[in-house]
Amino acid sequence: MTRIIYILIVAAFLWSCSKDDSSYEPIPYQLEIPEIFENTIIPPIIPSNNPLTEEGVALGKKLFFDPILSNDNSMSCASCHMPQKSFADNLTTSVGIEGISGPRNSMPLFNLAWNFNERFNWDGSALSLESQALEPVENPLELHSNWEELVSRLQSHPEYPEMFRQAFNTSVISAELATKAIAQFERTLISANSKFDQYSLGLTELTDQELNGLDIFLREDKGDCFHCHGNPNNPLWTDNNFHNNGLDQTFTDLGLGAVTGDPNDNGKFRTPTLRNLQYSAPYMHDGRFATLDKVIDFYSEGLQNSPTIDPLMKNVDQGGVQLSDSDKADLKAFLLTLSDPSFITNPAFQN
Amino acid sequence: MKQTLVLTFSLFVLLLGCSSEDSSNPNASVDFTFTHTWDGAIIDQNNLTSILVTNANGETLNFTRIRYLVSRFELVNVDTGATITFNDYKFTDLAQPLSYNFTPAANVIPRGSYRLKFIWGFNEEDNVDGAYPDLNSASWNWPAPLGGGYHFLQMDGQYNINSMPSNYNYHNGTARLNDDPPTFEQNFREISFDEIIAINGNSSIEVVMNFAEFFKNPHQWDLNVLDTPLMPNYMAQKMMQENVATVFSLGDITQN
Repeated sequence: MTRIIYILIVAAFLWSCSKDDSSYEPIPYQLEIPEIFENTIIPPIIPSNNPLTEEGVALGKKLFFDPILSNDNSMSCASCHMPQKSFADNLTTSVGIEGISGPRNSMPLFNLAWNFNERFNWDGSALSLESQALEPVENPLELHSNWEELVSRLQSHPEYPEMFRQAFNTSVISAELATKAIAQFERTLISANSKFDQYSLGLTELTDQELNGLDIFLREDKGDCFHCHGNPNNPLWTDNNFHNNGLDQTFTDLGLGAVTGDPNDNGKFRTPTLRNLQYSAPYMHDGRFATLDKVIDFYSEGLQNSPTIDPLMKNVDQGGVQLSDSDKADLKAFLLTLSDPSFITNPAFQN
Repeated sequence: MKQTLVLTFSLFVLLLGCSSEDSSNPNASVDFTFTHTWDGAIIDQNNLTSILVTNANGETLNFTRIRYLVSRFELVNVDTGATITFNDYKFTDLAQPLSYNFTPAANVIPRGSYRLKFIWGFNEEDNVDGAYPDLNSASWNWPAPLGGGYHFLQMDGQYNINSMPSNYNYHNGTARLNDDPPTFEQNFREISFDEIIAINGNSSIEVVMNFAEFFKNPHQWDLNVLDTPLMPNYMAQKMMQENVATVFSLGDITQN
């Protein structure tokens, strides 16, 4: 009898010391869907194998801002994706830890759970947010680390093993779990409180100039921006799809074409959202346009023809949609109503 | 012998119970399969962006994307006149083969003989601006200054491919008659078929769509004149509405 009691005590002790507690469950994170999204578009995509939890989001946030992810502890995700820049940066193309510029402009990060096509990056090379987070860590032009060493650093860190245990019920850290946590945090980055959102909800008015800018945006015989950049009923302000918008006659960067191998995709890049563009200059996949005025000028007079140019680009032989100066000013005024200052200062998204 | 008979009878009952269809069931279900063609040549996700076609006016063209909307499928019983209405809509993107087929939600049909009809686009009652989150999410909206609601068709590509390629945007939706004051005309069309469809069990109805007809009947379309922008062009919108009448035909009817 004593022997049995002894065995039971030892078993109970071992059970309590195990790394994984099968009875432990992290707290589900209640993602708050903005009213304007609830009213207009379908629910966000949350993968069933990576549900949001309070602990997972907190871990992802810590990882996102932690320079431990870089080889020399000098840069984090947030170095190129700064909250005050709507999670982009203001460089033409982003610079990694070696001081070398990469080929692409940093994309802003928000409303990513509503990317229904689930292709991420300018060229669609990542097929989930989780897989997107894998590559920059090892890219020599970005954080230039490697996951094996990084996992080892995280595993010997005073806080991370416990945070992983709380988030995923295991303190055995892996690249898969780290990127899951980062993706969870990124899915909480929601922007839906611009002046235009308030207007759509009937809470404020637009000026005549802003309303005329919206009209130009929506008119096929004026700006015709809406076919790729959403509309008041699609407040993502992007179709998250891939288009050759007429930047070049020949391509130094094939974009989607390099990913799919299909020449018909050469020169196509993912449509960036127009929301918060006030904070995310410069523009285009290579950051070639420093200001919003230059972007509007480009669509008005600067289009370049090429075999894969999207047929939605109008008047290519004349260089574009030929807006007047006042049309351009009005269009810009409307575009600035898509700015959401509460997003870039949201305390939940700061380090 | 008795045991064998009992066993045989039991097996018979079991097999009858397991048959995929119960012939005593007075009801059936239908699904719809859309086949997309250019005068008989199949267009699908594999050749959408590579096929070259020539329209009735002689222009060679290609496609970058084709998306369209049909709605309110109805099966009208030829004997009783009873109408089975499916209040769903079908949004098709030719780049997405999963969108080619359509199974109505409420789908119990008394066996019998029927004729099929549906609406090209949305009728006035259904074409409510911003009402459908899945269509909003697909950026399928028709701008409010043009009457709002949704596109019925978005066919984009280039024409005069072998000489001077130019873009075309063959987009169909609500027609704007006047700008000031804004006056709009609904632009949907009822598509109906004379053929009788015998529904004797769960059935699959093929609808064949010939995109060449958009450029042919009754209006021979000259892309050199009507390429883009066509959305605010009242005359072009009404021509599209008339040309869509011959786009659809019935294909195979199979009992599953």
